[in-house]
Amino acid sequence: MVMGDLVDEVDVAVLGGGPGGYSAAFRCGDLGLETVVIDTTGRLGGACLYEGCIPSKALLHVAAVLSEAGRAKEFGVDFGEPRISLDPLRKWKQERVVGKLARGLASVARGKHVEVVGGRGVFEDSTTLRIEGGDALRKIRFKHAIVATGSRASALPGVTLVSDRLMDSTAALELPDIPERLLVIGGGYIGLEMGTVYATLGSQVTLVEMTDGLLPGVDRDLVQPLQRRIEKLFTAVHLKTKVTALREAGGAIEADWEGQSTQRFDRVLIAVGRRAQSGGLGLEATRVRLAARTGFVQVDDRCRTDDPHIYAVGDVTGEPMLAHRAMRQGKVAAEAIAGQPSAFDNVAIPAVVFTDPEIAWCGLSEAQAKAQGIEPKVSKFQWAASGRAATIGRSDGLTKLVADAQSGRVVGVGIVGPGAGELIAEATLAVETAALVEDVAATIHAHPTLSETFMEAAENLLG
Amino acid sequence: MSRPFALPDLGEGLTEAEIVAVLVREGDVIAEDAPLLEVETDKAQVEIPSPMGGRVEKIHVSPGQTVKVGTVLVTFADDGASAQPAGAAGDAAQRKPTAAPPRRAAPGQSSPAPAEPSAAPRPSAGPAPAAGPVAATPATRRLARELGVALPGVRGTGPGGRIVDDDVRAAAARAGQPTAVAPAERAKPAAPAAPAKPLAGVGLEPPPLPRFEQWGPVERTPLSHLRRTIAERMTLSATLIPHVTHFDRADITDLDAIITRNLEAARAQGVTLTLTGFLLKATALALRSHPQFNASLDPAAGEMILKRYYHVGVAVATERGLIVPVLRDVDRKPVLEVARELGALAQRVREGKATLDDLRGGTFTITNIGALGGTAAIPIINYPEVAILGVARARQEPVVRQGQIVPRLILPLTLTFDHRIADGADGARLATDIVQRLEAPERLLWEW
Repeated sequence: MVMGDLVDEVDVAVLGGGPGGYSAAFRCGDLGLETVVIDTTGRLGGACLYEGCIPSKALLHVAAVLSEAGRAKEFGVDFGEPRISLDPLRKWKQERVVGKLARGLASVARGKHVEVVGGRGVFEDSTTLRIEGGDALRKIRFKHAIVATGSRASALPGVTLVSDRLMDSTAALELPDIPERLLVIGGGYIGLEMGTVYATLGSQVTLVEMTDGLLPGVDRDLVQPLQRRIEKLFTAVHLKTKVTALREAGGAIEADWEGQSTQRFDRVLIAVGRRAQSGGLGLEATRVRLAARTGFVQVDDRCRTDDPHIYAVGDVTGEPMLAHRAMRQGKVAAEAIAGQPSAFDNVAIPAVVFTDPEIAWCGLSEAQAKAQGIEPKVSKFQWAASGRAATIGRSDGLTKLVADAQSGRVVGVGIVGPGAGELIAEATLAVETAALVEDVAATIHAHPTLSETFMEAAENLLG
Repeated sequence: MSRPFALPDLGEGLTEAEIVAVLVREGDVIAEDAPLLEVETDKAQVEIPSPMGGRVEKIHVSPGQTVKVGTVLVTFADDGASAQPAGAAGDAAQRKPTAAPPRRAAPGQSSPAPAEPSAAPRPSAGPAPAAGPVAATPATRRLARELGVALPGVRGTGPGGRIVDDDVRAAAARAGQPTAVAPAERAKPAAPAAPAKPLAGVGLEPPPLPRFEQWGPVERTPLSHLRRTIAERMTLSATLIPHVTHFDRADITDLDAIITRNLEAARAQGVTLTLTGFLLKATALALRSHPQFNASLDPAAGEMILKRYYHVGVAVATERGLIVPVLRDVDRKPVLEVARELGALAQRVREGKATLDDLRGGTFTITNIGALGGTAAIPIINYPEVAILGVARARQEPVVRQGQIVPRLILPLTLTFDHRIADGADGARLATDIVQRLEAPERLLWEW
């Protein structure tokens, strides 16, 4: 691309610099395609790096250290009361964690000759993007574009209050202070993760969830150990409850919900889901089709939209909105553009809730297997029987394996317990490669480790 | 569960087709046998009717794309609408009835071609796909896409029915596809227009071309689909088959007189009498006496496959390239009937309306280059057949008869055959047989 031209011409223009966008751009670079990434922030990383996965995991690590240190009294080790200094904590998260990774991405981009442009990309037609609000007005003409604009937090329906005390996940990750009383609206993974961080740092956390359980959609037997701990850690958990009003009054927020007198909170975190960011991109000037209600960009298994020049990956294309799904899609889109026979045909997309204990799953649940015409056989291994779980004083875990009774294949796995997010990797490989229960049982697992629980669950099924 | 519909086996070495038009849209509810797609193979442009009724959930191909046998074209939703033909669905907003979908005429076609019901290639009944996700590793699934194999139809031989690489390769081989894709094709970026593709090889690597530009300006144009196919099949035939050619001449003075005398009478019955009709008949009858020329060779089995039917193809030059329509059971039909069918077939070919069944199943080919002049031509055998008859222009020539020079109408013939299945003497006998039948045309009128 020649800089300074009125219109730059590239092979591939990637709209959005999050995990989906940068994975696609890097792969395009590897494949010799001239590639530019357009992101409003002018840098790579996206919500994942700056206001999502990464900073939340940094804070959850701090919470885990605090919680472990507190629990050490059981082993006869007393660290005393922790003193928390927010400034060094924020600085560590921002510079040593986020900053380091951001610099890493920028240097990879340079190495792969991927240019990053700051500004808002708007489609003028199927082969042209107009860049607004950047250093200079410019246009980019492309052979192919990849839309990777991600998602943003949904607002709470019916609530119009504007207040500094109302936070979405982005604001909560900034860690403005440690509020004495925090209301978390939404019992999904974001509400639970951020609620855990604030509760461990010392806030009294009240959680309100509209449905009848935490983590709607996740198997109840996996949620149960988490729910027990959350109920201890949080001040109150209200299920089947809908917040009807939020008011700012006297330096606090007053919240109403049915069957409860008005409660006062210093801060409120709204975590009721995320929506596709497909508006305002000029997609109506192209042949890209959006789903009516959700606004998700419609793509096929090659990540192609209805417009032959335009591909889309990541949250903007639908559920599950997970960074690693976006990253795989990004690579598929890049390879498809390069003419390779790639497809996003993955069978298992792992999902992890980074609470304590962690919950992770991949493939099919028992119910989903039945719905697909598979006769499921389920094995549950309680961590109470795991040596490694005993040595870390955490026997509240469970490893659950769903197999196809006919073929003996592993079709789904769910794990709850410390480290479940790491353990699910092996299970994902098993499901993705169509491994048999027997393969898992006959594979040597290091002793003593929590990974043995997967092998044990497989052995149970063989009888 | 959705039901995928893949490009069916088109038979006779046809491994791929170009999508000309998609006649339905996603969300359409269509009846069984409703026109689904228009594809062009190396042999014809045909309409593929829907193998089932139901709602079109997804269309996986677009016009201009070349797809291999086994490639999933359309996925049908298995919902309540499946049993209902067009128009019956209540939520019409999503499900547009397509009793009469827009049918696009092929280039050069004056009116939409009515599809012959029998022309519809149906998917062969494969094993019922297992429930749930396809049991194959990501690398195997990628291999399947590379070879154009639809995994749901493949039976896995791995543990627990897992589909392994060998299963995919076997499925690709069954579909008559190359088991390796040339690196150049793999690395080629996708372009909106149909780009040039390397020809499938026959195991011999041609040496690199010199840089012609050093001697003057050059221009590169991609081969058309039909041209590519002809090139590949001729290379295959010429490389694989040891060709031998026998030359002969037939005196068709009497035959020509019969044709001329009966032209009007035949026309009254709607039939145009031509030399080709009699050539077909004479050849089919001769082949019955020399069955090794109406055969195919199975080198792997070490066997000759004698065909007990005599379907004779006639090479026709069209604007798009060489096409070989086939007349069935020529030996058993009166010559008038052969002439009638030949006329109708030729018309379908000229109008681009030939169906796949018009173009396959041949056992022997006749190519008539007479119209363009020349004294003789040695054609290449139409693999997997084993022989081909080349006919040049008939001319008045001086012939010595009983010491007298008389003008006679002489037709030069060449019989080219596969030396693996017959020797020169056998070829000479077949050629003589054909010549004798042409020279005694009255016999052709009653023999069938």
